[in-house]
Amino acid sequence: MLGYLLNRVLLLIPLFIGITLITFLVIHLAPGEPVEMQTALSPKVSAKSRERMREFYGLDKPLHVQYLTWLKRLSKLDFGRSFAPDGRPVTDKIKERIPVTLSINFIALILEFGLAVPIGILAARYRNSAIDKTITLFVFLGFAVPTFWLSLLLMYFFGVKLGILPISGLHSLGAEKMTPFAWLIDTSRHLVMPLGVATFGALAGLSRYTRSTMLEVLGQDYITTARAKGLTERVVIFRHALRNALLPIITILGFSLPGLIGGSVIFETIFAIPGMGQLFYMGVMSRDYPLVMGILVIGAFLTLAGNLLADLTYAFADPRIRHGRA
Amino acid sequence: MSTATYRHSTDIYNKFTSNRFAAAGALIVLALFVLSFLAPYITPFSPDDLDAYHVLLPPSANHWMGTDELGRDVLTRIIYGARISLKVGFVAVGISVFLGTVAGLLAGYFGGWIDQLLMRVVDIMLCFPTFFLILAVIAMLEPSIWYIMIIIGLTGWMGVARLVRAEVLSLRERDFVVAARCIGASHMRIIFRHILPNAMSPVFVSATLGVAGAILIESSLSFLGIGVQPPVPSWGNMLTAGKDYLEFAWWLSLFPGTAILVTVIAYNLVGEGLRDALDPRISRM
Repeated sequence: MLGYLLNRVLLLIPLFIGITLITFLVIHLAPGEPVEMQTALSPKVSAKSRERMREFYGLDKPLHVQYLTWLKRLSKLDFGRSFAPDGRPVTDKIKERIPVTLSINFIALILEFGLAVPIGILAARYRNSAIDKTITLFVFLGFAVPTFWLSLLLMYFFGVKLGILPISGLHSLGAEKMTPFAWLIDTSRHLVMPLGVATFGALAGLSRYTRSTMLEVLGQDYITTARAKGLTERVVIFRHALRNALLPIITILGFSLPGLIGGSVIFETIFAIPGMGQLFYMGVMSRDYPLVMGILVIGAFLTLAGNLLADLTYAFADPRIRHGRA
Repeated sequence: MSTATYRHSTDIYNKFTSNRFAAAGALIVLALFVLSFLAPYITPFSPDDLDAYHVLLPPSANHWMGTDELGRDVLTRIIYGARISLKVGFVAVGISVFLGTVAGLLAGYFGGWIDQLLMRVVDIMLCFPTFFLILAVIAMLEPSIWYIMIIIGLTGWMGVARLVRAEVLSLRERDFVVAARCIGASHMRIIFRHILPNAMSPVFVSATLGVAGAILIESSLSFLGIGVQPPVPSWGNMLTAGKDYLEFAWWLSLFPGTAILVTVIAYNLVGEGLRDALDPRISRM
């Protein structure tokens, strides 16, 4: 286990470097110098922030020197200052947004897992039945429906027409004066629609995956044996089949992280939730390069951490992996 | 050999068409292609014709899906919008399938440092939330449908590369490849003649699903205002325009959204059907 752990952690180093390299290249290989584009396209940028950008990236130096300088600052978590009028350090801006996005995605992940696994099992158990087909159609709907469109329709029905749910933000006005309980209710009401949209969209992948691994496991000899010795269907499914079917799902959960974070751009923008996705969208629209680069790097690092966690959990749960035999 | 191939492909065809979901999906996709090719002959309106006297009309016998805020026929714009969606889906996925196949073949066949290098690049690319990366690049470039297709393609090849690599790794050791190597076939010949044709079936599945994903990404970008620019109709930008009229002109939001939904579902059904039909491990009951 220790050897495996060490191996996995060492592997992070080239990945870290690659992530920063790609982020750097994406911004710097675009036509025109970032500073030029910035000033040409947005008259709001002052000469001061232009100088700041030049200084921060050392744009007069060769590309590899610029990259190394940037990397050195990154290691101290210094992403430079935002181009926005407030000119605050990018690190601070991201820091106050991360908890919102992460906690929403964390809850969405729990909801996703709690719903997708049972319906995946159900679909596999009653394969090709009406239940299976209904579930298939339902999760496909979730996958195929454009998030922004579904959000709009929900906002219209529940927010405008029925008026039972708030349509934007995380809290009502004056939320800071509420009792903790009222605050919780208020926040939950704001989160119903964004969470519903995020979860519905993510159901398909995980539930289809559960279904197919369950089908594979259910076809194996030891399941036939378990049935033959007269175990109830419940014990066969939950004790014998599910355990083995669940293992690969750990990895899938780790992989769904970038999708969730990426998807937060859409619903955070539409529901006006002050998270990282909304910040990124605003940064992109105002060509706030330090901010965009910072969020790209942090988003990728978060994914990397998520994958590592998933891999380690998997190795912990399945001895075949940590001994390199699978 | 040829009879075996023939029997195999009719078998796949039968499996595919006996799956009613998949057949329905294939029909919808086909219908969309026909509609978008024949667009000018199907609808009497032009997608850009403004008509100040017929603004925001609800669906009627004359305008089946109503008219928008500038008096343009919604159905016509949806049919023309299908052209954009289909084009984006095909070109973007074409790029990612090409890149992914090349990378997967090289990595799987040659192994060693080539494999290490390519797979690390795949790992790195997979760390980025794709939509962030696309958004960042698109916003820096001039709005253009070609950039959108290229960027979606460049950020979507990693899955294909992994699939192809895995296939190649197992094919490389098979007897017919070893035999080809023994009689002195060149790398090129082994790769393109013996390995590639046998490695492609999972790629078809993932490509079909990829088209659906690309269509969704394009519509999201257009909705956010950095994709296809008005007045060129795309389902995404029609929804942006329609959202301001949601309260009194529901048809502006309902129909383009439904068009995206139906198209994406259709591609997914085809992809799933292909997967079932191509995978010998899943036998239909």
